[in-house]
Amino acid sequence: MENVVFDRIREEISDNDVVLFMKGSPVFPQCGFSAAVAQALTVMGVKFKGVDVLQDPGIRQGIKDFSNWPTIPQLYVKGEFVGGCDIVREMYESGELQQLLKDKGIETQAASA
Amino acid sequence: MAMEANEIERLIKEAIPDATVRIEDLRGDGDHYAAYVSSATFKGKSRVQQHQMVYAALKGRMGGELHALALQTSAPE
Repeated sequence: MENVVFDRIREEISDNDVVLFMKGSPVFPQCGFSAAVAQALTVMGVKFKGVDVLQDPGIRQGIKDFSNWPTIPQLYVKGEFVGGCDIVREMYESGELQQLLKDKGIETQAASA
Repeated sequence: MAMEANEIERLIKEAIPDATVRIEDLRGDGDHYAAYVSSATFKGKSRVQQHQMVYAALKGRMGGELHALALQTSAPE
């Protein structure tokens, strides 16, 4: 059971450069923390895949076990776990997130100086 | 449901004895906290690893009875 969920998570994060496991969708987030991360990515002009964990209880629990991380949202870039809301916000504000995306070859538009 | 700030601090210090911990009750409702944790044991670890150490100290309460804990970690200079 767990393997099936983990396989699906691995597939998502290998098929998509930037994946945000979140509550709700990027357009209609259902949680303030998910909304904050989705908004930061949108402001940076990053194309990302939102996976709505509320649509799938298996993924909702599975992603916590997979990442060893107790909360949602969770951001993955190129298959690597970047962090949850606090870390993403801290990295966004310091410019580290922009740098990380650049280093990984992810396109951002109108990168803020 | 809610958790006391000093209980959060106690759990973190139990697992990370050298930690300096500051807890803020963001809304005064015992449910939305910010925690600033500094420890020499964080040195050389990524932010994700540092946060995982604090979450481990909270023994599964994070995401459960502790709904919102904004976390910031650092290693002393």
